[in-house]
Amino acid sequence: MSAPLLSLEDLSVQFHGNRKASALNQVNLELGAGEVLALLGESGSGKSVTLRTLLRLHPASRTKIQGSIRVEGQDVLAMKGRDLELYRGGTVSMVFQEPGLAFDPVYTIGQQITESILAHGEKDVGKAKAQALEMLEKVQIPQAKRRFDAYPHELSGGMRQRAMIALALACKPRLLLADEPTTALDATVQIQILLLLRELQRETGMSVIFVTHDIGAAVEVADRVAVMYAGRIVEEGPVSRIVNNPCHPYTVGLLASTVGPEHRGKPLQAIPGAPPDLANLPGGCSFAPRCSRASAQCSSQVPPLVSGSGGRLACWNPVSQLENQ
Amino acid sequence: MKTYMELAPSAALTEEPPAAPPSRGYWGVVWQQLRRDPMAIAAGSVLLLIVIAAVFAPLLAPADPYKTSMIKRLLPVGSEGFLLGTDELGRDMISRLMYGGRISLLMGVVPVFAAFGIGTFIGILAGYVGGKVNMVIMRVLDVFYAFPSVLLAVAISGALGPGLSNSLLALTLVFVPQVVRVAESVTTQVRQLDYIEAARMSGASAFSIIRVHVLGNVLGPVFVYATGLLSVSMILASGLSFLGLGVKPPEPEWGLMLNTLRSAIYMNPWVAALPGVLIFLTSIAFNLLADSVRSAMDIRR
Amino acid sequence: MNTPNTPAQAAAEHTTPAHGAPLTDRGGPAQPLLLVKDLKKYFPVRGGPLDRQKRFVHAVDGVSFAVPKGQTLGIVGESGCGKSTTARLVARLMEPDAGELIFDGEGVEEYGGLQLKEFRRSLQMVFQDSFASLNPRLTMQEAIAYGPRVHGVPAAQALAQARALLARVGLEPSQFGSRYPHELSGGQRQRVNIARALAFDPRLVILDESVAALDKSVQAQVLNLLQELKAERQLTYLFISHDLHVVHYLADQVMVMYLGQVVESGPVEKIYNGSAHPYTRALLSAVPSMDPAQRTEVSPLAGDPPNPINPPSGCRFRDRCPHAHALCAEKTPALQAVGGDIHHLAACHLNDLTSGHPLAGKELNP
Repeated sequence: MSAPLLSLEDLSVQFHGNRKASALNQVNLELGAGEVLALLGESGSGKSVTLRTLLRLHPASRTKIQGSIRVEGQDVLAMKGRDLELYRGGTVSMVFQEPGLAFDPVYTIGQQITESILAHGEKDVGKAKAQALEMLEKVQIPQAKRRFDAYPHELSGGMRQRAMIALALACKPRLLLADEPTTALDATVQIQILLLLRELQRETGMSVIFVTHDIGAAVEVADRVAVMYAGRIVEEGPVSRIVNNPCHPYTVGLLASTVGPEHRGKPLQAIPGAPPDLANLPGGCSFAPRCSRASAQCSSQVPPLVSGSGGRLACWNPVSQLENQ
Repeated sequence: MKTYMELAPSAALTEEPPAAPPSRGYWGVVWQQLRRDPMAIAAGSVLLLIVIAAVFAPLLAPADPYKTSMIKRLLPVGSEGFLLGTDELGRDMISRLMYGGRISLLMGVVPVFAAFGIGTFIGILAGYVGGKVNMVIMRVLDVFYAFPSVLLAVAISGALGPGLSNSLLALTLVFVPQVVRVAESVTTQVRQLDYIEAARMSGASAFSIIRVHVLGNVLGPVFVYATGLLSVSMILASGLSFLGLGVKPPEPEWGLMLNTLRSAIYMNPWVAALPGVLIFLTSIAFNLLADSVRSAMDIRR
Repeated sequence: MNTPNTPAQAAAEHTTPAHGAPLTDRGGPAQPLLLVKDLKKYFPVRGGPLDRQKRFVHAVDGVSFAVPKGQTLGIVGESGCGKSTTARLVARLMEPDAGELIFDGEGVEEYGGLQLKEFRRSLQMVFQDSFASLNPRLTMQEAIAYGPRVHGVPAAQALAQARALLARVGLEPSQFGSRYPHELSGGQRQRVNIARALAFDPRLVILDESVAALDKSVQAQVLNLLQELKAERQLTYLFISHDLHVVHYLADQVMVMYLGQVVESGPVEKIYNGSAHPYTRALLSAVPSMDPAQRTEVSPLAGDPPNPINPPSGCRFRDRCPHAHALCAEKTPALQAVGGDIHHLAACHLNDLTSGHPLAGKELNP
């Protein structure tokens, strides 16, 4: 495999402010060009922190970042000034959960997309406008010409999310970060957006990191899934392997607690307890206190993330073994 | 297949209790936050010092604040026997400043507390009842709001005549609309929260809901706002005295002292500035403390 | 019940009638616990200062349903369909503009019927936002004991009952009783909210998106708890959710709403396996597949749900419906039995052979 588009090495993020928290703990991750990775996890798992760290959105004064982030061979953590501005939105851009909050309410959708294109090197206003309109058409907004001059509040939730995607893709980023882009949407709109993202990815060949807590959404768009828990990746692999043959007890539990028709009338196999406090992580495996397979080793030693043919796994007592070849 | 009944106890009690220390309660957390905040400690200490000096003035003051002396007029700071010098009538500055603190602090605190009580009551009433009652109360108060505080205070004091109790009344009237506004907006916010709906579901009376659920959650923010008013009140009170609408001489009061020493500013600027410095220090300390309390009370989920 | 010594069961025995006589079954098992008839709520929309014409959001527009005793009625639909407003109208947190509520055979707030206060006691609600539904200044046991205290239960007794309820919902009273909401996790807070609802021994519990904000692993715990409590206390649930999986798991009856109206209702297996309304089918096929080999290729519906201020004429779903016909704009379809099954109702011209819709009665692809 050629050099990956993105590689995270031992990335750790700690917040120290009013409350201290170890949000990310030694995350290692690689993403190839054109690949779609889903980061799956619950609240506090570090999935959103990973995205925000990738764009360096955390306030530097309260955040301690260790390790390295490389995108196309560039060291992201060393970027400054204009380089960082061009990187944000140019090389890597982001789609947020609440499109209503990500747009400035006093400018039209078209103005905002045009401005973003101008900010990333385009000199000609006319060309930028044409490009922005083209983007709106690309995300299948009906009557794009009319919507170009619409203010964010004049669009429905689904349309706003489409416009948000248009804004994110306006400068043709190599990597798109999507932070729960469909969580706030209704079911019938959610599936439209998922399909759109899949289509645009195929068309542009960009890489996507798709953060979600919904396994169903991950299955619809991702090639690969990385399951996160308490700031660590606990299991990673192709989406079909994760869904059909999960190895980590947490992944197994997460899949089991996603209810389906087959569960009717039976108690659900819930994972007991609640996610750990990030300010006060247990020694050893963070999942050990909730895990039915935990042994003494689990609570004393952090399991390493071991690679195999089916992906990677960090567990001392997996439900099924990751085949080693 | 197991039924739910059989599974109940085991499944339910597995929720792992987080190993946290016993609850300190809401105010416990606020107090702990404040203790960790250097700004709060500094502001609090300064205030404490000023309050102690004022309260215990009769014990601490080195001299009689009313005793004049024609020879020892306007002695500079650090003169022998007069640590902070003397004023235009030869009275000991440090003693006068200590005694003056009593009235100045009183005029800072009393109107704010009175307005806090009255304003919260009206505000909660307007906010909880809503509708037309709210509109009538708020529009009436808007009339008061239309005047700048200073102008309003001067106008009311002027109408009532000079004197301590009249200035207290005037200042209270100035602050009531401001407190009402805050109390009303907080109440309106709180009223829409689910726990109020849950309380309504339990069939509680409006009075009970206000007492248990609204009051506790409104008092906090309003109190913080009121703490911020303390400095304003002090400055306004000093202003009234400065204009001759507050306390009358020879009573020591910082605003009044500032006024009478005004003419000495070219002869002895340090002494003349002292009451102003104290007004400044006290109000800054009140403000900083209010800011700290505000952020300490903001406990996020 | 082979281990009666567990704290949870002891708690269960301890908590039953604490104040007044428990509201017993009056109408018999065949009488639905709750009957709702033609419920309506319109919210006025504020236009500009020059806009003289008064407009309304038809939030709930003629909704009727029945909740059988001991069952769970799931209400599903997208945002703006009126499901939460329906819940609030039933709970009487909002005054309906029209409609009737009949609780166990007795009209609510009508002459000779059930008093509002009595009705409220037999019905409780659990909200979506576990944090906003707890007073930040009350400890957990105070929050639970508040309702009974309002009804005159002595403080000590109310507190003891609250602690027993905490134990029942899986929170150790000695540890959680004196804690404040911000010290608990979302799942734990929602357990407290459930305990508070139970403090009245209600017969009907309205769960308004009660598990929607919880993490999946915690959501499963709470769903289990809800099922246990329902069996243990003969509760009836009105379960409002946008999550079709959860409704499928929990509900016995399902009602699908669209723009303030019921479009289909019936037993859960009928709705999920033999839905008759195009909207229900679209909703069901919009659920992401869990099989990477069979991803969704075509979105079942285009566009967003329309604005409830100006709903389309006739059938409100017609402008998104794949089978819409000129007839759908003219005539509003009524709820009718599907295939002669009086328990399964759908409001669609396709379902009515006499409607005149060219495709009526034909087998359709979803």
